[in-house]
Order: sequence, then C-alpha cells, then structure tokens
Amino acid sequence: MPSSTVTDEIELVGTGKGGGGSSFGDDGNSGGGGDEWKGPSGSGRVPQRAYVTGMTIALGGVLMFFMALVSAYIVRKDMPNSAWVPFNIPRILWLNTAILIASSFTLARSRSRFLADDDAGFRHWWGVTTILGIFFLIGQVIAWRQLAAAGVFLATNPASSFFYVFTAAHGLHLIGGVLALLYVAFRPTHRLTKGTATEVVSMYWHFMDGLWVFLFLLLLLGR
Amino acid sequence: MSSHAQTGHAVVVEPSGFIRKYIFSIDHKVIGIQYFLLALTAVCVGIVLSLLMRFHLVYPGAHLPFVSGGIMTPEQYMALVTMHGTIMVFFVLTTAPQGGFGNYFLPIQIGAPDMAFPRLNMLSFWVTFLAFVAILAAFVVPGGAPISGWTGYTPLSGMGEVTGPGEGMGQTLWIVSISLFCLASLLGALNFIATTIDLRAPGMTLFRMPLTVWGWFVTAILGLLAFGVLLAGGVLLLLDRSAGTSFFLPAGMVVNDQLQPHSGGSPLLWQHLFWFFGHPEVYIAILPGMGVASHVLSTFSRKPVYGYRAMAMAICAIGFLGFMVWGHHMFLSGMSPYSGFAFSVLTMSIGVPSAIKTFNWIGTLWGGKIQFKSPMLFALGFVSLFVSGGLSGLFLAQPAVDNMLHGGYYVVAHFHLVMGVAAIFGIFAATYFWFPKMFGRMMSEPLGKLHFWFTFAGAYCIFMPMHFVGLAGGIRRYADATGTNYGAALQPAHMFMTYAAFITGAAQLVFLFNFFWSLKHGPVAGKNPWNATTLEWITDSPPPIDNFGGHYPSVYRGPYEFSVPGYRQDFIPQNLTPDQAALLK
Ligand code: HEM
Ligand SMILES: [Cu+2]
Repeated sequence: MPSSTVTDEIELVGTGKGGGGSSFGDDGNSGGGGDEWKGPSGSGRVPQRAYVTGMTIALGGVLMFFMALVSAYIVRKDMPNSAWVPFNIPRILWLNTAILIASSFTLARSRSRFLADDDAGFRHWWGVTTILGIFFLIGQVIAWRQLAAAGVFLATNPASSFFYVFTAAHGLHLIGGVLALLYVAFRPTHRLTKGTATEVVSMYWHFMDGLWVFLFLLLLLGR
Repeated sequence: MSSHAQTGHAVVVEPSGFIRKYIFSIDHKVIGIQYFLLALTAVCVGIVLSLLMRFHLVYPGAHLPFVSGGIMTPEQYMALVTMHGTIMVFFVLTTAPQGGFGNYFLPIQIGAPDMAFPRLNMLSFWVTFLAFVAILAAFVVPGGAPISGWTGYTPLSGMGEVTGPGEGMGQTLWIVSISLFCLASLLGALNFIATTIDLRAPGMTLFRMPLTVWGWFVTAILGLLAFGVLLAGGVLLLLDRSAGTSFFLPAGMVVNDQLQPHSGGSPLLWQHLFWFFGHPEVYIAILPGMGVASHVLSTFSRKPVYGYRAMAMAICAIGFLGFMVWGHHMFLSGMSPYSGFAFSVLTMSIGVPSAIKTFNWIGTLWGGKIQFKSPMLFALGFVSLFVSGGLSGLFLAQPAVDNMLHGGYYVVAHFHLVMGVAAIFGIFAATYFWFPKMFGRMMSEPLGKLHFWFTFAGAYCIFMPMHFVGLAGGIRRYADATGTNYGAALQPAHMFMTYAAFITGAAQLVFLFNFFWSLKHGPVAGKNPWNATTLEWITDSPPPIDNFGGHYPSVYRGPYEFSVPGYRQDFIPQNLTPDQAALLK
C-alpha cells in the first residue's frame, strides 16, 4: 500500500481565494475565465454565463444537422436521373417569412424593454413575439395543406421530399422555441436568472429566424 | 433554465430515496458509473457475438443448439457482424471513455461540483439507455437483427424486408437506436463543452488542464459536429424505408424479381453522410484513451508529460484533420482520382500529430522511474497497439494499395488494433487507475497483471495474422469462404485466430472477477494511492456528493509536476500554493 506523503498533512486550499499563482509552475498564461468563478458558494451551482455558452454550442450542433440536410439537398438535386420535379412554393410562405422576421424585431424590442426595467413593455412585446411564432407555425401547416391539395406529398418526388423535410425539421425546432417563449412568459423567476433566460431564448429565436430565411431562399432559388 | 439562482449558499444535498440516488440521479458521478455499467453490459454482449462469428468461420457446418435451423445461415452471420460492430462502436467505445470516465472525472479534474447542466446529463444517459434497449430489441423482433453492417450501407439498409430477414423491423430498430444515440451524444457533448469552458476552478487555465480533460473536451467538440450529421442521415434513411421517399435509393432496382418503386436516389450520399460522421467517430473513440495514456504514463514514470503543450495541440490537430479525411473510406466508390489524391494526402497528414504523440509518450517514459502497475501496463499496451494499428492505416491511405485491400481482412485488422483494442486498453487503463477513486478500494494487482498479459498477447495473436489473411485476399463479412481454394488455404490462420479469441475472451473473466471482488474485498485505497497530482486525488475516495466537501480548490500549477528538482516529495498536487509547496523543499 502507498505510504503516507507530506501533502497528506497540508490542508486543502479553501474556497476560491483568488486565482492561482500565475508566476509559479510552467504555464501561467491564457485559459480565460478560470479566475472568475468563485465556486458554487457564489451564485448558485452553475454560473449564469454557462447557459449562454451552452446555447451557443447547441446552435452549433443544430447548424451541423441542417447543413447535412442542405448538402444532401444540393447533391441529390444535381444527380443525373435525379427525378427532380420543381414545384411552385406556396405563396403563403412569403407571408410566413415576413411574420417570422417581424417576430425577431418584436423580440429585440422586448429584450430592450426588459433591460430598461420596463416589465409591462417587456411582457407585452414578449407576448406579441409568441403569438407571431404561433402564426408562423399555423402558416406552415396551411402551406402543407395547400401542397397536399395540389397533389404534392412527401414521397411525390425528391424536391417535395426535401421541402417537407426542411419545413418539418425547422418547424419542430420552432415549436421548441415557442415553448421556451411560453416558459419565460409564465415563469416569475428572479431577475438575474430571467436575464439569462431571455437572452438564451432570444439567441435561439433569432437563430431559427435566420435559419428559416436561409432555407426559404434555398428552396426558392435552388429549385 | 436555472431555477435556483438565489444568492447565498447553494447547499448540495444528497437525495435520499433509492430511485433519486441511483436511478434518476443528476450526480455526474452516478451517471458516469451508469454509463460505465451500460458499456460493460454491452461489451459482454459484443464479445459473445464475436466469439460466435469466430466459431462459425472455422466450423461453418457445425450444429448450434440456439440457432434456428441448427446451422447458421449467411444472413444470421451477417446479423452477428452488424450487431457486433454497432454495439461495440457505439455502446462501448463511444460510451465508456466519454460518457463513463469523462462524466465522472472531467468535473472533478477541473475542480467543479458537477457538470454544467446536471439534468441534461441525466437525460443524455437515459436516452442512450433507450437506444441500447432499441438495438437489443432487434434480436427478438420478427426477422431478427439487421444485416447491413455497422455502417448501414444503402441501398440494403433502405429497402425493407424484401432484401432479407432482419431488414424489416430489425433494420428500423437499428436506425431508431442510432438516431437516439446521436441525440443523446449531442446533449452530452454540449454539457462537456460548456462545463470545460465555464466551470474550471480558479487558476485552472486551459494549459493547466490534465491531458485527459483535453481528450474529453476535443472529443465532445467532435461529437457535437459529427453526430448531427449522422442524425440527419438517419432521418432521411428512415423516411426512405417508411415513407416511400428516394433519398438514397436509385431507380430500377430489382430485388428477388420485384422491381422496387424508388427513383433517382444516391447510395453514395449515405456513404458521405455516414463517413463524415464515421471518421470523426473513430477519433471520438480513441482521443479519451490518448488522454488517459498520457496521464497514466506520466504518473507511473514519475515524470512530467514530455511536451505537454505539443500533446494538447496534437489532440486538437487530430480532431481538426479528422473532419477532412472521410473520403478514405470511399476510394473505391468511383470518386475522381483528384479527390482520392486529396483525401489520401490529408489522411496521411494525420500521421504527423499521431507521431508527435507517440514520440512524446516515449519521451515521457525516457529516464523515468517506471512502476509497472496494472494501469501503467495497459497504458503501455495502448501505445503499442495504437502504433501497430496506425501504421497499417498509412498503407490503406494510398488509393492504389487500398484498391486491393479494401473490403478485406487487412482493414478489419487495422481498425481492430487501432480502434477496437487500443481504445479498450485505454478503458482498462482508466478502470485500474480510477477504480480506487470511484469505489474507495484497490483492484488486485496480480490479477490485473494476469489480465493484461493474456489480453495483450491475445490481441496481437488475433489481429496480427489477420493482416496476412487480408493480404492473401481474405474478404470481410463472408460467412464461409472454405469453398474456394484461396479461402480454404487461409483456414489454418483463421483457426489460430479463433483459438486466440476464445482464450482472450476467457481472460476477460479475470477482469470481471477482479472488478466485482475488489468492490467488496479490495484493500481500502485512501485519498491518493498513486501519489498523483491532479485534483481528483485531493478529495475523498469516493468523492462526496459535491466532489470536494465544500472546499473548492484553486489551482496554482500544471497537472504533471512529478519529480520536480529540489523537492523532498516526488509529486506536487495542482492545488498547493507556492507557500505550501515550499514546505516540501
Ligand atoms: C495515421 C492514422 C490512420 C490512417 C492513415 C488510417 C487510414 C485508414 C484508411 C485509409 C481506411 C479505409 C480502408 C478501407 O476501407 O479500405 C481506414 C479504415 C478504418 N480506420 Fe483507420 N487510419 C488511421 C488511424 C485510425 C484510428 C486512430 C482509428 C480509430 C481509433 C481508425 C479506425 C478505422 C476504422 C474503424 C476503419 C474501418 C471502418 C470500416 O470500414 O468498417 N483508424 N483507416
Ligand atoms: Cu477513417
């Protein structure tokens, strides 16, 4: 069995007493962030900025998922004998796109009201954003029904397959966004937490907005 | 979002009920052990499948009591191949090093109380568990397990029952399982990255992180970027099978005299999506092992890691290059020779950071006071197997040579040495090394050594001859090649490998016995049985619920201060202040 060592007698260094001795040891530089966290006795177990980091990372993963689909779209369309039959994009998508872009502005408005400590304004614009988001989703369903009425289904041809895949995948993500908006709207949490919550949800929502504009242009111009 | 952001002390209380404590726990240590046990179960299943395959290869006509019909059909053999590969790659090599040890030790090694998002962590595990249940269910559904290999190549995997037993419900379950696994791994990766970025203790700069943390961190980034792509492929494949789309299925296919109703899809598209994930995936399996090897080699040589920064940067370089080489799995898919050339050069360039790592491992050992404990033996075995298996990769990386070797046993030998066995050795090294910390007791050294020598020799006996079988034209995934002249000529080699496989498999029982016996009867370990320097060794074994009992460490030095000249003690823990360290002079 291992013998006892000198360090056994040396006490553990206490909680977060400043940063490490950067001049000691071989590597004192870079790192970033390590010195700010004061351990879990500071403000809750998880530092608030981890939520922002987490959302940034999550969006990276979501982006890879959609880019895989997009590259499949590009490859599949240009295949020889691809059986690709372009169809007319339902016109309501223009309206839906406008609604979604508008929702990003109302959300930005809501956040600036929040940061200005105007609770009523914040809740008002947050609610408007949520409703616009729900309108967008309803609009997408209407677009599907119009296509179905015109005889264009998921399996009709690769162009329609990709159309349904893109809109469904984006729609699912947007349902998640609406749920997150509702979560914040109905949850009276402590100001600081909500600050992070509104920020994180805004990041997600703006990203989904931008992603939709990209997909819409792809479906429109890349037919 | 956080619901507990009140200021003041956030006391971590251990949940009382059995279910909250051990089943739906949000403690990263419990979740780490859950992942580990999942992988342990999976590896037992995987080994049994592989032994059945080895048996069938040498006794293709034998009557087996548990096989319906008595004699194994080629389809049943293919089902074994598929399930063995899938279970091993996903549920063992991806699960144990990252989900298991990463989950348990990454937060402790950076001085954090838990992962950044403990509930998400629990969700990751349970979704992985569901994925495992789904893949096991494929054994018992009508038609049995799928037959399209761990790579699920289209069109076979996309068409349903017409293409064979197992291609119905079994293949669907395979896709569902893999998609769930992707989802869980994405959530896990997110958690690992956020934790490493935001939860490091004061003073724990990036270049003071143990190399294990570097390994888990870069692995998580690879996972984040790769699993989403496979998930997208899985969704499209599922639609091809069940909704009648034609993403991957070409027109005019006739199967069993039936014309298939698909049009214009591209089987190669699946290969691209799969291997864009698949090559990073092989590094997802091995990078944590590299971290563990560096960590263990340093500890048991009583020397700092040679070229620590170069080691960390090499991990990053391997991760980065790993995304640009997937085409080397597709040299024979009819790609343009120019693309083939580019993929070939990029592939071989991965040899550079790999060689840096190997050189530095040897540099770490050089002149050290080497202690041949079980973890050290397995770390040395890791280096050996990684080099032996990696070198054959350089041959495969040349399109002209690959023309002959692709689809044969040479490839199987390559990836089993470098990925299969090397990563398993990394897992074993980690198990022997951290068992005392996780369970408070030591594993038996004599049994560990016995286990090592049988497994090490066994692995080489199985996979070295396999290279020659490949060079002689032996083709992988053939259930029975004894009917051909060249096939019959290779039987003695197959016989040798099968015997070696059974002996090596039996040697794993020594490990299982050692593991479970030591849980109860091993000698009590104490805080720091290996005299190691990183933060997990300053806390109790096993660590308390919040990892450090409320005394969160600050970090004052790099992770590998062994045998520092002028000190009485040959290791200086990362949390010692300069004043405290001065007492050791
Ligand atoms: C310098 C290092 C390496 C090079 C040059 C290399 C090269 C290659 C090439 C060219 C192939 C394709 C062979 C074929 O299918 O014809 C291949 C297959 C493979 N390699 Fe490597 N490799 C290297 C390291 C690794 C590592 C570190 C791992 C895993 C940890 C790995 C895992 C695999 C696997 C799993 C396959 C086969 C997959 C399959 O077809 O089922 N390789 N390698
Ligand atoms: Cu590869």
